[in-house]
Amino acid sequence: MELRFTDAENAFRDDVRNFMQTEIPAGIRRKVGEGQEITKDDIVRCQRVLNAKGWATPRWPLEWGGQPWTPVQHYIFIEELQQNAVPQPQQFNCDMVGPVIARFGSEDQKRRFLPRIANLDDWWCQGFSEPGAGSDLASLKTRAVRDGDHYVVNGQKTWTTLGQYADWIFCLVRTDPAAKKQEGISFLLIDMTTPGVTVRPIITIEGRHEVNEVFFDDVKVPVENLVGEENRGWDYAKFLLGHERTGIARVGITKQRLRRIRRIAQQTPAGDGTVWDNPTFRARLTETEIELKALEITQMRIISQMQRGGDPRNNSAASILKIKGSQLQQKATELLMEAAGPHGVVHLGRPIEDGSNDPLADLEWASLATDNYFNYRKVSIYGGSNEIQRNIIAKAVLGL
Amino acid sequence: MDFDFTEEQQIIKGAVERLVEDHYGEFERRKIYQKEPGGFARSIWRDFAAIGLTGLPFDESMGGAGGGPVETMIVMEAIGRGLCLEPFLPTVVLAGTALRLAANEGQREAIIGPIIRGEMIVSLAYNERQGRYDLFDVATSARPIDGGHVINGQKSVVMHGESADKFIVSTRTAGERRDKGGITLFIVDAKAEGLEVHGYESQDGQRVAELTFNDVPVAGDAVLGEPGEGLALLEAVIDHGIAAVAAEAVGAMDALHGLTLEYLKTRNQFGVPIGSFQVLQHAAVDMMVALEQARSMAMFAAMMVDAPPEERTRAMSAAKVQINRSARQVGQQAVQLHGGIGMTFEYKGAHYFKRLTVIEALFGDADYHLDRLGKAGGLLSDSRYENVT
Repeated sequence: MELRFTDAENAFRDDVRNFMQTEIPAGIRRKVGEGQEITKDDIVRCQRVLNAKGWATPRWPLEWGGQPWTPVQHYIFIEELQQNAVPQPQQFNCDMVGPVIARFGSEDQKRRFLPRIANLDDWWCQGFSEPGAGSDLASLKTRAVRDGDHYVVNGQKTWTTLGQYADWIFCLVRTDPAAKKQEGISFLLIDMTTPGVTVRPIITIEGRHEVNEVFFDDVKVPVENLVGEENRGWDYAKFLLGHERTGIARVGITKQRLRRIRRIAQQTPAGDGTVWDNPTFRARLTETEIELKALEITQMRIISQMQRGGDPRNNSAASILKIKGSQLQQKATELLMEAAGPHGVVHLGRPIEDGSNDPLADLEWASLATDNYFNYRKVSIYGGSNEIQRNIIAKAVLGL
Repeated sequence: MDFDFTEEQQIIKGAVERLVEDHYGEFERRKIYQKEPGGFARSIWRDFAAIGLTGLPFDESMGGAGGGPVETMIVMEAIGRGLCLEPFLPTVVLAGTALRLAANEGQREAIIGPIIRGEMIVSLAYNERQGRYDLFDVATSARPIDGGHVINGQKSVVMHGESADKFIVSTRTAGERRDKGGITLFIVDAKAEGLEVHGYESQDGQRVAELTFNDVPVAGDAVLGEPGEGLALLEAVIDHGIAAVAAEAVGAMDALHGLTLEYLKTRNQFGVPIGSFQVLQHAAVDMMVALEQARSMAMFAAMMVDAPPEERTRAMSAAKVQINRSARQVGQQAVQLHGGIGMTFEYKGAHYFKRLTVIEALFGDADYHLDRLGKAGGLLSDSRYENVT
């Protein structure tokens, strides 16, 4: 047993960190680190810097721009990306639709879409959830009816993250209403500019526009946009959701957040000293660091198993990471909001320019802290709620 | 980065698990061992010696097995699973670490050899009534006299105190009660004149003792390590204790979680196994997550316990907090999910809960370690990320 990384792995980590700290624009990293909203342009810029280096899609097949890294290298890469507050390559492109097309798509689809997905020339969003299909995703109702050389799609998707930026949406649609619910679903790629596609914003609890509803009204989709076989979409969706989920714990992001919270607590006046001098606050932050360390080691145990050839799509392991990782991300937002104390009530609802003489400029961090506290309730709900994750573990691991 | 055991470690694991299964597989037999003098079976302790466990951490040059913290972790996990009663923790882990780190040649020959052969039990007497978890809070005094010392004071909750042939005792040779300097460790014979040993049972059914020192004379060669510099040694010893009980707790939690799952699958109510109820399934999953988090930190502890003191201390505090949190959750939930049967003295699961609760109170509770780790700067400071917001 050995916790330490090899010299080669440490050198790799240094390379990655160096790149992140020198090549990714500092202003964007600062925004991410402080929990500010970043723009579409910020995300596109960073992804193109990574893509030019071959690092936007390291997990893809080598022929389509993947890296020949070991599981440990992939782990180090994500950890460095996160600890250095670099925006993650757009996940719907790089972790979801890209791997599905690379695995199940036609040669034409691969050539047509993959390079543009990697470079974020096309922005993709996900059309899975529906108003009546959340945790019970397979009960989705959006219909696609074959009509000659195209499908006609009718229905509604919801919680479509950053759909307002999207050029394309990958959808689960029902193509055989007579089949058992998982068996009549297909995986369809839809151009957002097609007539009949309507995007409506959903403003989330903290007041931001992050998610949307997408409506399909007699939308004509060419049959060549079907991925794989008709009625096999559920298998592809399962592949997508299982595709390398060890990053799901987001340990690196929470590390960066907790470091920042400690610094802010040590600088924020309280009583005769600072927030840090309050033993209760200190204990709660310290406890969160401990749980994060435990999760980090749990994650390393899983990676080390993968390194030996274990199944990288071990869903029960991913479920543990998801449950604990989401709880700790949420905990970090609570601690930062509490560090803000009475100023946690401030709600700016707008970015403040650098060097602005806005009288509330020095409280922007406090406002963002509470925005993100509210916003981060999402992480234990999306991607399979923590209750669904517990169902998975109960069945798959505990045999209950 | 590697979490596998070597082939040799696998062999140790197999051997200790067999030994524990042979003697403790049938839970009823534990009650018989408890009735023997000292609260454990000497014959089993001899079996520990026969397969090399009593010599586990000692150098091969001393006749030991040359094992490290990972080997100790493997053995302690099996001990936790078996709810074993033998004095492995006080003798091999605590006294063993103190002797390995500080014994001179004479002390090695006089004590380590007999420990390895299973002929000597040594315990660590470090805790005082008023000291709570502060290792430096030492009122027991050792006054120099005629080339030796005379010890006065008391020590509390000394593991296997009645069975011990020798004690390693923390004393004050200089300074005030709560000074960090001036602490000296002595090796004291259990039969020394003026030493009273009052044995009793702890909550987990093991034996502990209160020691009273009334002008106990010790010879000049009884000092272990540097006079007046005992605190650093004691801290290292207790940190090894933390790593060891972390693994023991994981063994106990793993076994207890297993028992609970078995119960959920076999106990029928309302015409179905109670494990089909989602509220119980989720409780069982949360127990598993707590167990895996604890397992990770027990491994972390094993891999960090030989690190430089500052880093070591931070890591052990972190491990102990996680172990305590997980132990409480798994223990309480196991009883709850069992319902009435979990409340009975007869049931094995209840005894895991009790041992886990005792482990919580050993070597510092969660509040103590959260405070210690927080003040020491936590776990995340890293100059490489200083410029990140």
